Amino acid sequence: MLRKVLYIDLTRQESWVEERQELFQSWMGGTGVGIRLLQEECPPGTNPLSPEAPIILSIGPLNGVFPVATKTAATFKSPLTGNLGESYAGGRLSLALRFAGHEALVIRGRAERPSYISINDQEVRIKDATSIWGVDAQTTGIILRDREPGVGRRSIIRIGPAGEAAVRFACVMVDTYRHFGRLGLGAVFGSKNLKALVVAGTEHVDVPDIKRYKEVYNRLYKTAVQTEVMEKYHDIGTSVNINVLNWLRGLPTKNFLLSSFPEGEKISGEAFADKHLLRRFSCAGCPIGCVHIAALKTAFSEHHEFEVRRVSYDYEPIYSLGSNLGVKTAEGILQLIDACERLGLDVMSAGVVLSWATEALEKKLITEKETMGVPLQWNEVEGYAGALDLMVRAPNEFYASLARGAEYAAKKYGGLEYAMTLGGNEVSGYHTGPASIVGQLVGVRHSHLDNAGYGIDQKAIKKPLSPETMVDEIIKEDNSRGVFNSLVGCLFARGVYSEENIIDSLGAVGIEKSKDDLQDLGRRIFEEKYKFKVQEGFDLSAARVPRRFYETVSAAGMVTEESIVEMVKIYREKRGWS
Amino acid sequence: MQKSQAEIIQEAEEAKTTQTQTERDSAPTRPKMRRRLKVAHPERCIGCLGCMFACSRTRTGTVSLDSSAIKVRTQGGIEGDYRVVVCRACRDPPCARACPTGALEKKADGKVVFHKDLCTGCGSCEKACLVGAIALGKEKMPIKCIHCGACVEFCPHGVLEIEEIPVEGD
Repeated sequence: MLRKVLYIDLTRQESWVEERQELFQSWMGGTGVGIRLLQEECPPGTNPLSPEAPIILSIGPLNGVFPVATKTAATFKSPLTGNLGESYAGGRLSLALRFAGHEALVIRGRAERPSYISINDQEVRIKDATSIWGVDAQTTGIILRDREPGVGRRSIIRIGPAGEAAVRFACVMVDTYRHFGRLGLGAVFGSKNLKALVVAGTEHVDVPDIKRYKEVYNRLYKTAVQTEVMEKYHDIGTSVNINVLNWLRGLPTKNFLLSSFPEGEKISGEAFADKHLLRRFSCAGCPIGCVHIAALKTAFSEHHEFEVRRVSYDYEPIYSLGSNLGVKTAEGILQLIDACERLGLDVMSAGVVLSWATEALEKKLITEKETMGVPLQWNEVEGYAGALDLMVRAPNEFYASLARGAEYAAKKYGGLEYAMTLGGNEVSGYHTGPASIVGQLVGVRHSHLDNAGYGIDQKAIKKPLSPETMVDEIIKEDNSRGVFNSLVGCLFARGVYSEENIIDSLGAVGIEKSKDDLQDLGRRIFEEKYKFKVQEGFDLSAARVPRRFYETVSAAGMVTEESIVEMVKIYREKRGWS
Repeated sequence: MQKSQAEIIQEAEEAKTTQTQTERDSAPTRPKMRRRLKVAHPERCIGCLGCMFACSRTRTGTVSLDSSAIKVRTQGGIEGDYRVVVCRACRDPPCARACPTGALEKKADGKVVFHKDLCTGCGSCEKACLVGAIALGKEKMPIKCIHCGACVEFCPHGVLEIEEIPVEGD
């Protein structure tokens, strides 16, 4: 196994490799190694967009070696929340890093002018990117493909104009259609004058016992493709949840004013699949093929002339740019997703910022003067597309505020009670009940994937769970996901990787761990992350919950403030923080 | 680390493919057949690279993309279509013809076998194959498909099949 960290200093234009055996032994890889490197690299109070703020990319021992271990962890200080930044992306990045021989990568400093990093096995070069500064994220990939080696096994990650303009929720596009979406890694790239990173490698991985390896590989592969554990992802995909949550009254609609969308059928995963689904593909090393690509065909003249755009979709963008903005057509949603892709914006934050702005305009907290005449109204797709562009160009104070996130804008213009953020991060598409709210509030990166509270709510709808049981489940997920994100597995495959299968697969690559070891690792990773959060000023006892959550019926009925306060109290007690 | 062909073939046979063609009884009147890997449905490929990993796992016992005989190429990145490159098991194999040392030898049964000890790593075989199915690996030895079918089992979308073709002149 690899045990090296590659350091790249953009200011000094240098790179070097350090052996960090102990770091990987104690913290596994992925997010475990990521948080420790962040603590080393990012002094308290660092400005997230300063040269002193690091970018850390890390993979784990299972990447490239076992099926569905396809993710790379990014760890950084978030310019959106001013706190812990963490994001995961698939595509081909983890495989490319594995075969280039770099298990973790630390990027420091700031390049003097627009640059990109090219990693080809052990060779690391910082190259001029002046001519592609300002180019959209998709085209940047097309240009670099012709310039760099490694066809078919490389990864190209890059930012669009949003990252360059330091929009606080700018994403990093990974190999097209995949992203380090959340918490603004794109802005951190931009602040470093870093347009892109290209990784390719030709190394291989030796396993200690090929027979054992094959046995475990075949077992995991069969579980992934022949059982129901991942069925959902290779049929309709995550968007199958649009109908499910709509029926349950858990689909946030029009900035959470409603929790079901009367037009939901039209934007359901089934509708996308029937009318627009063009093809599916996989991250390298995953047999599932969950990436759903739609063809968006638009006429640009009356003479049967069309432009066809290929746009990836999932549940979250359909929520954030669809039901959440009252957009009633699949075409409209695809157009907005495509706009975010080109600009390099996180689709989830972008949608929630726009939904706040729409309501603020409706309630006259802002006027057409602020919006510069752009009609920010439910279902106004053209208006929304224009506003996305203006957020990046920031021609006035209002759009510059939107570019800093919903919470920032609401603090300036009002409407904080319906600025749908938790821990400063725009919320995901679930109004399923208390566990979803508490889960995102306490989660280390305030993401629904920290502990999947929405899943706990859905369990509780079938069979009521006490607040204490829900908190126990959240804590269990918080910790176990820290381990899984250190391997680094795709969370869609968590059903494949039971604790036994994790132990067996680690064993097959020569890492012997017991159940206790793994549980201890999960707890330690969580604690280190919270240490960082507290150091940077996060206070769970004072964290804001938008009132809107208590005003709109959820899948579990009305959620009361008291129940949330109680669950947070139980959570703090169980964590030993009270 | 490279295994002998006998070992590879034995392992491949253990990993029996599910292709119905191979299960057919060979009637005494039928011509002699040989196995050939076929890209039956290239447009169904999702780019998971499972076939490439299966190939290198079986051939070399390592986790690698570069020692796979089957190759999944992108054309214009992930936005474009995938191209699956496999050996066509040519009747008159240009790779063997181009080999100046006899390291690649066409046998009477139509198969091309590789004699490692005769190979000088000159790369003539690579240049001779228009498809790009044979290429030198890291050890400067050609990586050659033996049509074992190990990749077929790890294609989740049925892109690959093993078919049987008559041995030439039989």
